[in-house]
Amino acid sequence: MSIIEVNHLTKYYGKARGIEDVSFNVEEGEIFGFIGPNGAGKSTTIRLFLGLIHPTSGEAKIFGKDCIQAGPEIRQDIGYLPSEVFYYERMKVHDLLKYSASFYKKDCSERIRKLSDLMELDLKRRIDDLSYGNRKKVGIVQGLLHSPKVLLLDEPTSGLDPLMQQKFFNLVREENKNGATVFFSSHILGEVQKLCSRVAIIKEGAIINVQDIKTLQSENYKKIRVDGEGIQEKLFDVEGVTKLTRENGSVTFFFRGDINQIVRLISTQKVSDVIIEEPTLEEIFIHYYE
Amino acid sequence: MNIYKHELKMLSGSIFTWSISIAAILLIFMALFPAMAADAELLNQVMAKMPKELLTAFGMTDMNMATVLGFFGFLFIFCQLCLAIQASNYGFGLVSLEERDMTADFLLAKPVSRFKIMTSKVLAGLTALLITNLTAWVFSFLSIELFRGGRSYDSSILVTILSGVILFQLFFFTVGLVVSLMMRKVRNVTPLSMALSFGMYVLSAFGGLVGDVKLENITPFKHFESAYVINNGHFNTSLVMLSAVVIIISVIGSYILYARRNILSAV
Repeated sequence: MSIIEVNHLTKYYGKARGIEDVSFNVEEGEIFGFIGPNGAGKSTTIRLFLGLIHPTSGEAKIFGKDCIQAGPEIRQDIGYLPSEVFYYERMKVHDLLKYSASFYKKDCSERIRKLSDLMELDLKRRIDDLSYGNRKKVGIVQGLLHSPKVLLLDEPTSGLDPLMQQKFFNLVREENKNGATVFFSSHILGEVQKLCSRVAIIKEGAIINVQDIKTLQSENYKKIRVDGEGIQEKLFDVEGVTKLTRENGSVTFFFRGDINQIVRLISTQKVSDVIIEEPTLEEIFIHYYE
Repeated sequence: MNIYKHELKMLSGSIFTWSISIAAILLIFMALFPAMAADAELLNQVMAKMPKELLTAFGMTDMNMATVLGFFGFLFIFCQLCLAIQASNYGFGLVSLEERDMTADFLLAKPVSRFKIMTSKVLAGLTALLITNLTAWVFSFLSIELFRGGRSYDSSILVTILSGVILFQLFFFTVGLVVSLMMRKVRNVTPLSMALSFGMYVLSAFGGLVGDVKLENITPFKHFESAYVINNGHFNTSLVMLSAVVIIISVIGSYILYARRNILSAV
């Protein structure tokens, strides 16, 4: 069953484009990645899910119900973590979480305790005394304290240190295992790849592609740089290589295919350095535009 | 109920400050009354020499400052100014503060309808205004009792003046609210509430000076003018109705605008 259904969803802010004719489905129990550069319309889409903004045309449904008409009912089972968290500055963390919990029809105190222990969150401090990272932790606890069936995560990892990021990912996986469907928006391909089963790629307000993460990975380009004296670029001019350039004794190119093939080629050379990395999202998008 | 409680808590500091200010104005001004009344003859001579424009500006043309209510009516203008600023502040800030501080995302992502959010917020604002209102009642009677020095006054007139306060507050509260919702974004509440409250005051004070145009009739300072009650025993009914109509339209408009409103994100 599709938990989230998006049909020709369009949002304009006056004349400015938000998103245009976006359609996709998120199935129950999956971790769905939503990836795109800044300004592509990721937040707009999530805000439409939450009923924070109204669609210009089209519709979004969660649990089979319209996000605007059945908004309050739907949101009973939605957890939302924005990219930037803002809370009532003068409140204490504990009071904020209690206020947040008061909106849901269940007792959340046990969950609050458990989650804040896990995230190492000090409940007695005031919001305005918290660092950016700590506010983010409040956001995580706040978004999860009612054990939502759907998690809407809008670039959730910004501001978290790697250790916390790891904890957060584990938490998301655990929620997912317990049945939560996760909608994970990000501009970092790596973290989406780590977590998600399917991804939608959005650029300039339109969905370019929805695909399985495995397909995306096998289709995925590697960005390779080989440093060393006298390395000829034509050596790497094989099938699967694009954007081959040579500059100051280093050869750079994108490669798609069996990585062993390239490794073998590199091993025939005397190199001073080799870098094989994920292309940036922008570089992947260039591929989608060709 | 949880939103109402939360909102009221957020307003608590401000309620306290405004109530204290209004109590202070009433007590301090009324404390001057015995001295004024003692030299009534002199006072009235001085007043007669003042330019008519100045007297109009302070609504003192037909007032006898040597009587309890005449003096009270004069000082009550300052109370009204405070009440107007407070109510405008609450109105302009009711929804916009939350959007400016980005906490609107938090609240609206919760399982509550906008209708309920708006109603809770309006009721919290209303409670805050009523507390201040009550303070005005208590300290009006208290200050008069303390300083009237045996001079008599018609308490029913005072009751009439004070019973207009709630509508007076509601005018600024609801107009501020609906205007804030017509704006895409409110960066700062204070300039707006100052503009509304002082603007209305200036209209009432100097509107009468600019010829036949009855511009002053749109301002609640005119609708709920103490001098009119003191001279006529009641408010000008049609002007009070005008205020009531503006309030009703503003409230309905606010609900409609808020239901349709797009909550914009930080970036």
